[in-house]
Amino acid sequence: MAGRVKWVTDIEKSVLINNFEKRGWIQVTENEDWNFYWMSVQTIRNVFSVETGYRLSDDQIVNHFPNHYELTRKDLMVKNIKRYRKELEKEGSPLAEKDENGKYLYLDFVPVTYMLPADYNLFVEEFRKSPSSTWIMKPCGKAQGKGIFLINKLSQIKKWSRDSKTSSFVSQSTKEAYVISLYINNPLLIGGRKFDLRLYVLVSTYRPLRCYMYKLGFCRFCTVKYTPSTSELDNMFVHLTNVAIQKHGEDYNHIHGGKWTVNNLRLYLESTRGREVTSKLFDEIHWIIVQSLKAVAPVMNNDKHCFECYGYDIIIDDKLKPWLIEVNASPSLTSSTANDRILKYNLINDTLNIAVPNGEIPDCKWNKSPPKEVLGNYEILYDEELAQGDGADRELRSRPGQPVGPRAGRSRDSGRNVLTTWK
Amino acid sequence: MLQEESDLSLIIAQIVQKLKGSNLYAQLERQAWACLQRPEIRLESLKEDIKEFFKASGWEKKLQNAVYSELNVYPLPSHPSAPPEHLKEPLVYMRKAQGSWEKRILKSLNSMCTELSIPLARKRPVGEQKELLNKWNEMGTDEPDLSLFRPVYAPKDFLEVLINLRNPNYENGDSLSFRTHLGLIQVPLKVKDIPELKECFVELGLNTGQLGIDDSTQVPPELFENEHVRIGQKVLVQQDSAAAQQYIRQGSPTALRAELWALILNISSQPEDILYYEQLKTNVIQHDLLVDSLIYKDVKLTASNDDYYFVFEDYLYQVLLCFSRDTSVLSHFAYNSASPPKSYIRGKLGLEEYAVFYPPNGVIPFHGFSMYVAPLCFLYHEPYKLYQIFREMYVRFFFRLHSISSHPSGIVSLCLLFETLLQTYLPQLFYHLREIGAQPLRISFKWMVRAFSGYLATDQLLLLWDRILGYNSLEILAVLAAAVFAFRAVNLMEVTSLAAAEAVLADLSTLKVMPLLQIFLFATVT
Repeated sequence: MAGRVKWVTDIEKSVLINNFEKRGWIQVTENEDWNFYWMSVQTIRNVFSVETGYRLSDDQIVNHFPNHYELTRKDLMVKNIKRYRKELEKEGSPLAEKDENGKYLYLDFVPVTYMLPADYNLFVEEFRKSPSSTWIMKPCGKAQGKGIFLINKLSQIKKWSRDSKTSSFVSQSTKEAYVISLYINNPLLIGGRKFDLRLYVLVSTYRPLRCYMYKLGFCRFCTVKYTPSTSELDNMFVHLTNVAIQKHGEDYNHIHGGKWTVNNLRLYLESTRGREVTSKLFDEIHWIIVQSLKAVAPVMNNDKHCFECYGYDIIIDDKLKPWLIEVNASPSLTSSTANDRILKYNLINDTLNIAVPNGEIPDCKWNKSPPKEVLGNYEILYDEELAQGDGADRELRSRPGQPVGPRAGRSRDSGRNVLTTWK
Repeated sequence: MLQEESDLSLIIAQIVQKLKGSNLYAQLERQAWACLQRPEIRLESLKEDIKEFFKASGWEKKLQNAVYSELNVYPLPSHPSAPPEHLKEPLVYMRKAQGSWEKRILKSLNSMCTELSIPLARKRPVGEQKELLNKWNEMGTDEPDLSLFRPVYAPKDFLEVLINLRNPNYENGDSLSFRTHLGLIQVPLKVKDIPELKECFVELGLNTGQLGIDDSTQVPPELFENEHVRIGQKVLVQQDSAAAQQYIRQGSPTALRAELWALILNISSQPEDILYYEQLKTNVIQHDLLVDSLIYKDVKLTASNDDYYFVFEDYLYQVLLCFSRDTSVLSHFAYNSASPPKSYIRGKLGLEEYAVFYPPNGVIPFHGFSMYVAPLCFLYHEPYKLYQIFREMYVRFFFRLHSISSHPSGIVSLCLLFETLLQTYLPQLFYHLREIGAQPLRISFKWMVRAFSGYLATDQLLLLWDRILGYNSLEILAVLAAAVFAFRAVNLMEVTSLAAAEAVLADLSTLKVMPLLQIFLFATVT
């Protein structure tokens, strides 16, 4: 039985286990020899920690990069993107072009964000520029909408700061860090409701960057009508689209779970707004995903034993501009509805087909470019090798001086070249 | 020849009569007066010059579209001495059957009123009016107790009525022959066979490019699509209803659909249309009707639970509640076999001068009614526009799906067409299902009554409705229903019960409509 993959997981989800069993893989415990470990983010921390010093061998694969948190922790993601933009600016890259207000033309895709308490003074300065805006406070290390609240007065933040100081005697360094972001208060509404997008992105290597976009993402709708009025600031059901939050709302529907496929969104937008703006929106969504990955690629520990499937959360505003809200390292594999179950089963299936070719014992030294037939519902989003092969010089030539330069260059470097190569 | 000419003049007279009362007529008159100031209009050639002006300014096109719309909606005039009810339905037994069905519905509605001791209508107190106005955009968040309300009827109740329809002048006879119709519908009506359908739906042929088919063999799909979009934009620039209708037979590009449908339905959202919608809204705010609860319940039972349409719940109330108050809908009863139900002011039962139509639009919603509106929410995001399109779709098409008539697009003909197609072209399957007690119509009836809304994926549904508009006919629904059975024939031959057959056909959301229709109509050896 040497040819069968031995698997371990510390996440007991049927969509995972069914997929492993379908491949005839053998379940083992983490103390035995294993080839494939689908682990939680807590476990990956231990596996790669200096103390354990665990060395993965060539036939072992895990579903996280060691320092995935560079992308998936809200504060670090923002830090990395800020640094990436500055570097591009320093290089004089046309991508870092700014408009007359000093906003990046092509790299302004994360709402204005500060770390708290570290950037408190910067935040106050920004807050005073537009005192009527609403800000959203999120703990850096938590997911599923936990610990999130909205503020629109400085006093609220002072109170929070006081409360958290007095409530515990822990030192400043271990105290939970927060990010505070400008709240998108003009979200695109459909049927009067607010929603966000959950898109799945698979990264098989960071250097060179190779990533895939899952075609079957979905929109998550709030069950309660959206109102930008500040009186509703406390009603989290209006503002947060996380299923984990919405499930507790009275109106949660267990048949559709408030979820709408991305195909529905595209059909709706193309029908009501036209084809051009819809394609532009989806192009921009692809663009910001690729840019966020490029931003973290240099700092990412590109361990060859790793791949990762991210859950991207994106909000679209009423001008059809997409905003990157956050990236999740362990997107929920819980199924809230029957369709959801099918979707997540297929997501794992397609992910495994790319990460573990043919379901055979992995060899982490393989070149990580699977044939097109196994991609399933994944599409290549960006392949750095291919893009550099024949896209880079063209891309550079096409940019300067052209108002649409980076856009056109982007669709070339992020998609088209790659896709034509695959065809 | 002479007959044709007199027919034509009759049609012209009828259309002129209709248009004289329209807003367009007033606008044309105003334009004609106004253009007299123009230098190019001369007294000696006044008539010609004004015609020329109408042509150049686009008003002629508007008149053309209005005439075309009348031709599409109204039946051709029958013999001048034929009584008006012939316009509704020429066959006496159909009229009678529709009449007694209406009585049943009304009785059931009235008994619900009595049981729950709720009035059919009441004026809302001012406080309640304010409250409703405030939550107009989020009526879905309201959760009144509707457990006592039940839909007045569901498609399956209606099917039973259709199954029992008989033509008293027609002897079915006991002797079985190969011609005997073995389906559930036992009335003799002329329905098309496949050669006739092929002729009728010629643009769906294998050699014509179609939107909704990925692998057309002749031309690469992108090439056809781009060309098709280009032509579609031209059609829109021309603002010609007839051209739009012809064009859409090959399917509408997603981005052009909303405008194309509006053009075909001759809907042009003028300020007065918005005002009209606002008035209906005021009526809703002022008066509470019993049918509101039925609408509310229906939306909660259907669209709110639907993967595609739950998002639009509030739009559905905004459209359907206004629809029930819209007395302009009453005019479609001139050519609908149904008649609006009447109710009487309290204490004046049976006195005609105290009779009012109830609900004001004369249409009692049934279980699934809101699904006629739901797909349209993908195309129009302004409620007044959505409303206008729905109303026109209803008075042109949807009413036929729940009225008993002999019209080729009427539900009886559709059922018969469906059964005849199956019995003729898939006899083995038909007999097998019949033997095991799974009469195919028992499964397909609900699809047809709802025009497949809620059964197909929305993009596919819209491609199907493109063809309804394009051919100004609902017959395509029966063809698709038969095509679905043909597509799943292998699995259906293996089932041994109605429940199992239903399970095989439970999920239509993965079906691709156009290939199914094409294969059934054009690629099957007949």
